Amino acid sequence: MHGLINRSIQAFVQETCGQEAWLAVAAQAGIGPEGFEPLLPYDDALTEAMLAAIARLRDRPREAVLEEIGGFLVVHPRFGMLRRLLRFGGETFVDFLRSLDEVEGRMRIVLPELESPRLELRQIGDNAFRLTCCWCLPGGCHVVSGALRAMAEDYGARVLVEPLGEQEDGASVLEIEVLKGRAAGGRNFKLAAP
Amino acid sequence: MPDTYALNAAALDKLLPMHVIVDPERRIRHAGPTLIRMRTAGALLNRLFFDVFAIDCPGGVAMLKGRPCPCKGRMRLAFRAPPHTALRGQALALDGGAGVIVNLSFGIAVVDAVAEYGLTVGDFAVTDLAVDLLYLSEAKSAVTAELRRLNQRLQGARIAAEEQACTDTLTGLKNRRALDDVLSRLICARQPFGLMHLDLDHFKTVNDRLGHAAGDRALIHAAHVLLSETRERDVVARVGGDEFVLVFDGLTDPGTLERIAGRIIERLQEPIACADGTCRISASIGAALSAQYAQPDPDTILRDADRALYRSKRAGRARASFARPAP
Repeated sequence: MHGLINRSIQAFVQETCGQEAWLAVAAQAGIGPEGFEPLLPYDDALTEAMLAAIARLRDRPREAVLEEIGGFLVVHPRFGMLRRLLRFGGETFVDFLRSLDEVEGRMRIVLPELESPRLELRQIGDNAFRLTCCWCLPGGCHVVSGALRAMAEDYGARVLVEPLGEQEDGASVLEIEVLKGRAAGGRNFKLAAP
Repeated sequence: MPDTYALNAAALDKLLPMHVIVDPERRIRHAGPTLIRMRTAGALLNRLFFDVFAIDCPGGVAMLKGRPCPCKGRMRLAFRAPPHTALRGQALALDGGAGVIVNLSFGIAVVDAVAEYGLTVGDFAVTDLAVDLLYLSEAKSAVTAELRRLNQRLQGARIAAEEQACTDTLTGLKNRRALDDVLSRLICARQPFGLMHLDLDHFKTVNDRLGHAAGDRALIHAAHVLLSETRERDVVARVGGDEFVLVFDGLTDPGTLERIAGRIIERLQEPIACADGTCRISASIGAALSAQYAQPDPDTILRDADRALYRSKRAGRARASFARPAP
């Protein structure tokens, strides 16, 4: 798995559970205390070992940890850049949803070696969508659903996100219902770089 | 298929949010919503196109004046009033002599323009790649910043590794390898230098009588003395158990070298506090100057300094002697 993904998970542990928790996770997973370099590739097994150690540490199922990580990456100021890049998707949350099909292509231009999720959105009702998520990170759709919930909050939208499980081809499906496209309390976004 | 289609102004505003309609008198009759947002309606509408925009394409000017344009209406423009944002334009004649439509865009200047005018996603046509360009520009900056940090970390690690490879672990002084580097660098640069080969007297006695810990302590103390009696640009290296080599950058005067040697020996003879009271050492020195050699070479200088050191030892220790280069 790409260092950027591993480093993000590492940052999640360091920022939400503290440096000591990270040292414990790193020791259990057989990772050096300094952790990952964001631009180098790593063995997938390391990522799995790290996620297993975090699940044990937090005493939560792996899916819940992945969901937390997705939300963390959008909300935490250390990853303000990711939130900005996602907000380029559109002016409203629904515009943003419709831009998700382009995420993989955009990421491929920026960092071709990064394994990013392939997302396909289909509208199934007036305010209902079905998102198919294909990612080599097992259970990665939970990261996506955590990030979607956080992005909804960022846009000031009220949504329901429900994982529907896996399809035969291994892709996961999320169902998204937009209850309110623009409620109060969204965060400001300017196109110009801060 | 008809070859003329009707499109109302509101639809045109959506399709081309940065267009202007210029009438046959060359006044701006209409401007797209993004342009209005950038400049205000009063700054654009009913004004002469040439008063608002400076155009660097004679062809485009010809076209606005109703004549055929050799460059097919392509033009580069800039606002005459500040901010003088540069724009890219395409002018096309409207049917029936109704004037000209000019569509504008930022080109690569979009990154600055967006900041200048506080534009949002909605200010660009849905098909415009401007937002993708902004996205890429920011993503590229983020990746470059990450690369810069990675390079800094690698550079730091490289310097630390080099430092480690050139350092004597007990005393923190330079080691033999670092000394060789320094000498070849100085000789290559034809920079003169003075050199001392120093051997501690009575060190073996301290080691044998008071143990290795006391011996180590004496070595660390000696290193401290040598560093404090030399300048930052000089080099002090430990090249053997109780042997040191000092290189004095730019030094050519034998008298100065002799005075420094005397001071070093004096300070090394001061008693050193040990676990079991105090211990005493001294030092013998062989000194040489690169200026003594027509073609200085590290091995010869070190050999001559070493011979001088042994003369100091034979003459009763605690003194300095000068090298006598072969003529």
